[in-house]
Amino acid sequence: MAFVNMKSKEVQAKIVYYGPGRGGKTTNLEFIYSKFRERIKSDMVSIKTHGDRTLFFDFLPFDIGKIMGYDVKIQLYTVPGQVKYDATRRLVLKGVDGMVFVADSQVEQRKKNVLSLKNLQENLAMYKKSIFKVPLVLQYNKRDLKKEGIPLLPTETLEKDLNSQLKVPSFAASAVSGENVVPTMKKIISLTMASLQNVLK
Amino acid sequence: MNKNRRSLLSSPEPGSEGEEEDKQLGSNYDDITFTDYTLGQEELEKIENVLEDDLIRSGVHSVLLIDMAGNIIAQRDNGACDHDLYSLAALASANFAAVDTMAKIVGEEEFSLLFHKGENENIHFSKVNVEFLLITIFGKKVSLGLLRLKVAEAVDKINGVWKP
Ligand SMILES: Nc1nc2c(ncn2[C@@H]2O[C@H](COP(=O)(O)OP(=O)(O)OP(=O)(O)O)[C@@H](O)[C@H]2O)c(=O)[nH]1
Ligand SMILES: [Mg+2]
Repeated sequence: MAFVNMKSKEVQAKIVYYGPGRGGKTTNLEFIYSKFRERIKSDMVSIKTHGDRTLFFDFLPFDIGKIMGYDVKIQLYTVPGQVKYDATRRLVLKGVDGMVFVADSQVEQRKKNVLSLKNLQENLAMYKKSIFKVPLVLQYNKRDLKKEGIPLLPTETLEKDLNSQLKVPSFAASAVSGENVVPTMKKIISLTMASLQNVLK
Repeated sequence: MNKNRRSLLSSPEPGSEGEEEDKQLGSNYDDITFTDYTLGQEELEKIENVLEDDLIRSGVHSVLLIDMAGNIIAQRDNGACDHDLYSLAALASANFAAVDTMAKIVGEEEFSLLFHKGENENIHFSKVNVEFLLITIFGKKVSLGLLRLKVAEAVDKINGVWKP
C-alpha cells in the first residue's frame, strides 16, 4: 500500500523484515543504519524489551533518491519474531509493499524457520494478500557461524524447506558481518519498485 | 518430513506455476495493493488547506494526516517544529492500531479519546475514517476542549473532500 504523493512527487513504500525470533532481523537494520548513516537523517526507532528482543517493531526510513522523477522513501520495518507476539506482528504487516524473510541457518532452528514462514503466509492472508504475490526475498542468515564450528543447514536444504514453492531470490548472509545484507535490501527494493512501476508512469 | 514441510506452503490458488518468471521480472503488477484509496492533487490541496486553516491557525504546532500503514498523506506545521515526522507517523499508526486492538479485546468498538499530555507538548489522535488518522501536536496555548472541537471540524471537512 505504498503512498504516492503526486503533488510533492514523493513515494513512500513499506518493506518488512520477517522471520523467527533471534534470526537477525534487527541486526540487518542495524547494519544498514551504520552503513548508510550519512544518508539516513533520522534515528532508527526500536521498540524492544530490556533483553533487546523486538517488542513491536524497528523502523528505519531510507531515502533512496529519485526513481522515475519521484523522490522514493523506503520505510524499513522489522516484526517481533517471538511466537507470542503474533498480534503485534500482524499490525506491522499492514500496508506492506515488500518483504524480506530472514531465516536462521542453524540446524536446530530448521523447524522454526518453516513455522515462521507459514505464519507469514497466514498473516498476509488476513490482509487478503498472497505470499506468492508479495515481492519477497529470502535471506539465509548467520552463515558466519560455520567457522565457529556450529552446525548449519546447507543452503540447498534451506532452499528446499523454504523456497521450493516460492522460488524467490535468496541470499546466504551474515547480518553481523554485513555480508549480503545490502544486496538483500537492494533486491527487495528493486522488486518492490518494479511492482509499483506501472502506477508511477 | 521434508515433503510435509513444503506442503505447508503449497499454493492454494491456481496460476502459481508461472510465478518464477513473474518474480524474476518483478512484473506482478496486476494485483499489487497499491493504496486502497486514490487521492488526487486537487483533493490533497483541499486537505492541506483544512489542516492549515482549521488547525495551524488555531495555534496547533504541527498536524499530520497519515494512513493506517504509517504513510504521511499531508502535513502542516507552524514553521517552528523540527520533529522527525516519518518516525512519528510510523509510531502513531502502530500505537493507534495497538490501542484499537486492545479496545476490541475488552469488547469496545473503539476508544474515542486518544491523547497524551506532556510538560510542553501534547499529542492527540483522531480517526478520520477507515484509512486515515489525524495526529495533532499542540502546546499550552490551546485547550484540549478547543482542540477537540477544531479536530472534529477538520475531520468532517476532510471526509467531505474524500472518503474511502
Ligand atoms: N553469528 C551471528 N549472529 C547473529 C547474526 N545475525 C544476528 N545475530 C545475533 O543473533 C541475536 C538475535 O539477533 P536480532 O537481530 O536481535 O534478531 P531478531 O530477528 O531481531 O529477533 P527478535 O527481535 O526476537 O525477532 C543477536 O545476538 C545477534 O547478534 C549473524 O549473521 N551471525
Ligand atoms: Mg528484532
